[in-house]
Parts: sequence; C-alpha cells; structure tokens
Amino acid sequence: MNAADPTVLRALAAVTAERAEDAVLSVRDLTVRFRLRGGRSVAAVSDAAFDLGAGECLALVGESGCGKSVLASALLGLLPGNAETSGTALLEGEAGAGPTDLLAADEKTLARTVRGRRVGLVPQSPAGHLTPVRTVRSQLEETVRALTGTPRRARRKAAEDAAERAAFPAGHLDRYPHELSGGLAQRAATALALIGDARLLLADEPTTGLDRELVDRTVDELRRHVDEGRGLLLITHDLAAAARIADRVAVMYAGRIVETAPAHRFFGPAGPRHPYARGLLDALPDRAFTPIPGMPPELSALPEGCAFAPRCPLATDLCATRPEPHAGVACHHPEHPRA
Amino acid sequence: MLELDTVTAGYERRAPVFRGASLTVAPGESVGLLGPSGCGKSTLARVAALLHRPDAGRLVLDGTEVRAWRHRAPRELRTAVGVVFQQPRTAADPRLTLAEIIAEPLRATGRRAEADSRVAELAPAVGLTADLLTRRPHEVSDGQLQRACLARALTLSPRWLICDEMTAMLDASTTAALVAAVETYRAETGAGLLAVGHDRVLLNRWCDRTVEWKDCLPPKETR
Ligand code: SF4
Repeated sequence: MNAADPTVLRALAAVTAERAEDAVLSVRDLTVRFRLRGGRSVAAVSDAAFDLGAGECLALVGESGCGKSVLASALLGLLPGNAETSGTALLEGEAGAGPTDLLAADEKTLARTVRGRRVGLVPQSPAGHLTPVRTVRSQLEETVRALTGTPRRARRKAAEDAAERAAFPAGHLDRYPHELSGGLAQRAATALALIGDARLLLADEPTTGLDRELVDRTVDELRRHVDEGRGLLLITHDLAAAARIADRVAVMYAGRIVETAPAHRFFGPAGPRHPYARGLLDALPDRAFTPIPGMPPELSALPEGCAFAPRCPLATDLCATRPEPHAGVACHHPEHPRA
Repeated sequence: MLELDTVTAGYERRAPVFRGASLTVAPGESVGLLGPSGCGKSTLARVAALLHRPDAGRLVLDGTEVRAWRHRAPRELRTAVGVVFQQPRTAADPRLTLAEIIAEPLRATGRRAEADSRVAELAPAVGLTADLLTRRPHEVSDGQLQRACLARALTLSPRWLICDEMTAMLDASTTAALVAAVETYRAETGAGLLAVGHDRVLLNRWCDRTVEWKDCLPPKETR
C-alpha cells in the first residue's frame, strides 16, 4: 500500500471527516503568535489540527517549549494579552445545542460555561490547584455548588460521589491538602475536575515529578474516565505515560504537529514515521538512550522550511520547503514502518 | 570514596527526615539511589553535596571526615562536589545570564579571570550555543537552563557529582543529552556520581549499580 495513493488518501480523508463529526473537540488551523516589543513575534503554535472523540485519549507529546502547553491555554482562553490566535476549536455542544468555538468565545462564556464545566481540567501540580486552608470536602462541596447549583442538603452526597469517582478515599475527605500524599492530592484535584461532568478532560502534564508507580496509577485512573465516554487531551512529555493510556499520539515540534498516529503503531514495532518522533523514542532509557543532536529552533526565528532539518539525519534540499501534513505525517522523507 | 555513615538529617532536630542512612560510592563509580518522592533521598543528596549539615553520623570524603560544618560544609571541601537539582528555575539566579550562572563558582572562589575560557569549554560540552549564553533564565527553556546548571556543577572540575532528579522535568531527548554530558565528563575525569531519582529504568541504564532507599536505612526494629 502506498500512502500517496489517491484512493488511500480519500479513505483517510473520509475517516478524518467521520472523526470530526462525532468529535468532542475538533481543532483546525490553530495558530498562536505572541507579539513582542520591536515588532518581533513568536510562532508558538502553527496550523495545529486534530479531532478528539468521546471515549478517546489523544496524547500531545513534545519537549518543553514546543508549544503544547500554549495550545492547551489557547483552548481555555488563558493566553496572555499579547497573544494572537486564529483557527477554530469546536467543542461539542450540550444536549443538542451547536458546538462552541473556543477560540471565538468571549471570556464570560469561557469562565461561566467552559472552564471546569464543559472542559474538566486536571492540573499539572495538584498542590497549586487545591486551596491550602480548606479541607478536601469543603473544596469539593464549594465546587459542586458553583458548577452544578446542587441544593445545600444534596451537596455533601454529591461531593462524596465525586471523590469516589476519582478513587479518593472517603476517610480522607476532612483532611487539608498538606496532609495528603502526592497521589491523593492528584486524586483530589481529579475529583474537582470531574464535578462538572465535562465530556472533555484536559490534563496538562498531570504526572510531572510523580514516581513511576504513581504515574501509572494516575494515568490508569484517567483512562477509566475516558472509558466512561469522556474525551481526554493529555499533554505530556512523559512518553511512558502516553504509551500506557493513549489511543492516538500527536507529536509536536517547534509549534507544529508533525505526526499523528495510532498509539499501538507509534509505540509498537512499526514505530513512528517522522524522523523527530523516531529520535524522541530512541532517546528513551529502555531504547537506544541516544539524544537527538542539537536543540530545537527558536520560535521567534523559525526557518522557512522544515524546522527539524538542522537536526535531521534524512534532510535533503527538498526540506528547505515546508512539508505539508500528508497521511498524518509532515515530512518530505517519512520513514517506512520498521515492521 | 564518598561515604555516608549512619547519617541522620532533617530540618527539625526532633523530627529528622531519616535516621541512620548509609551509602558508599567508590571513586569513579556511578550509583543510582532509587526511592519514592518524599522519602528523604533529596535531603540525603544535600548532605552528600555538603550543603546540609547532618544531625548525626559521619560524612567521609576521599578519606577525610567532613568537620567544621556550619549550615554547610567549609567551602574548600565543597569545591570537590558538583550538584544539580531537579528544578533549574529555583536553582539559578534569575538576574544572571547563563554564562554568569555557569561561571558563578569561579567568581565565588575568586577565580573570575578564568571565567570566560571555562564557560567557552563547558557550553559545548552541555550542548549550549553561544547565543544562549547571553540570555537570562526567563528567556530560555527548562531544558536549556538545566544544561547551564549542569555546566555550573562542572565548572570547578569536581571529583564527585550529585544529581538529584536532574532530568525529572525534561523530555526524553534532553534527558539522554544531559546524561551523556555527565558520562563524558566522568570518562574524562574519573569523577564519581550519585544520581538520585525515582525512575528505575533510567537509573538502571545510567548507573553502575542502583540501590534502593530502604536498603540504605537500618532494619526496621532498630530505627
Ligand atoms: S522534512 Fe526533511 S528535514 Fe524535515 S523531518 Fe522530514 S526529512 Fe527531516
């Protein structure tokens, strides 16, 4: 099978269209520029496109500074004032209502109906997300009140239910955040994220600094929420965590998604097709443990062509023009599957 | 030899973080210390780096017991040990350029004149390009700043390196690059390494041997 074959491309396009139709989140042409003094600008995210279905986990992976966290902030309307955003990010509407374009929505809409309600946020550092002077129970009840308007007498039960959904032990509800282990703090934060019963969960580096066992437990719990029908956008630099729960993987490099692939192919014997993605996997300590030479380019001074070219073993003259994404890979010389 | 002999340490005398921990690293050896977060292994790393005075027990560095601790050990001893922490953002002065961060130990020991040549040697060894050296921490990524922090640890050519979760915040490629830079330095100088972390796969791949935190402590009954 040749990936450039028109019938194959048509079939792929049809799959993509179908995905977009029942997507919880459908992103097209998402571009973020930061204007700096002196007329310079930083191309933080360029032409990002992906769909995320219900019951699906998409892992967005890449190194720090590649634009993946900026992308998440753009979806939530949390970018600083000097950011310019274009493109669309359609969040599925509730109960038959039409979708909301997160990039066009005003702050009031995002604050009142999106963040925490239709999009549940699993934070990077649970410590920063929990209020130190209040018990977990009181924070859960407060969030239940704010998000669901549950009457006072039903709040206690609703908070306990939320804790149970996140596997947070009822016996610890009356503790303060500093009395919790890292794992329990992460569960408390996840319980908060689940209260609005959002169909879309967004987790930005939820496992940073956690022990491997805790990473496994945290992502397994997230997976459970996906299996209940939520869509999860997992933003991470932890490839092992991505391998454990993702259905699909999107790799970001210098602000662009350079490859999107099913996780079983990406992490399996066939491997990724983009040279950067291959390099990233080969750097893992249980693989070759060899770094990709050099460093990523400055987002304020990107080359005209492929941004990976200075580090790429396969670069040719052709790579001086930018490769458009094709069958999930943006590369002039994608590698053929290894198996 | 770097020897920690039944060391007790913490931040409150009455409630030490751990009691009686022992660990030895032979010259030129690399040892991974594996333990869950919050177990006290970072405090042990600070003691081994001569940055935190133990409440009890001995620290012997190349045959000499470290004495005359204030909060830290005397500076002449500390120059034998380079240390890299998990969080480059809290470990680097935000007002300094990366070149100044790398040269800090030379300035602190009155050897400012050597700064330029030493920075020029170290920057390529940790993969930093010249244009990054004039920037300040907020103008570079976590990975780039951590490269500078590793270079700073190598500035005085220490015989011992302590890396406390050096790569926990970093992506796979930057992790492999920093570990390769440490190993190149060790191959050239014969320096010993204590790498503290929670990632078993990484420590097993990186170090000559990996020890479990619980095996550094005395058996339960006597604690
Ligand atoms: S387009 Fe060229 S330089 Fe870029 S990743 Fe592909 S082969 Fe390498």
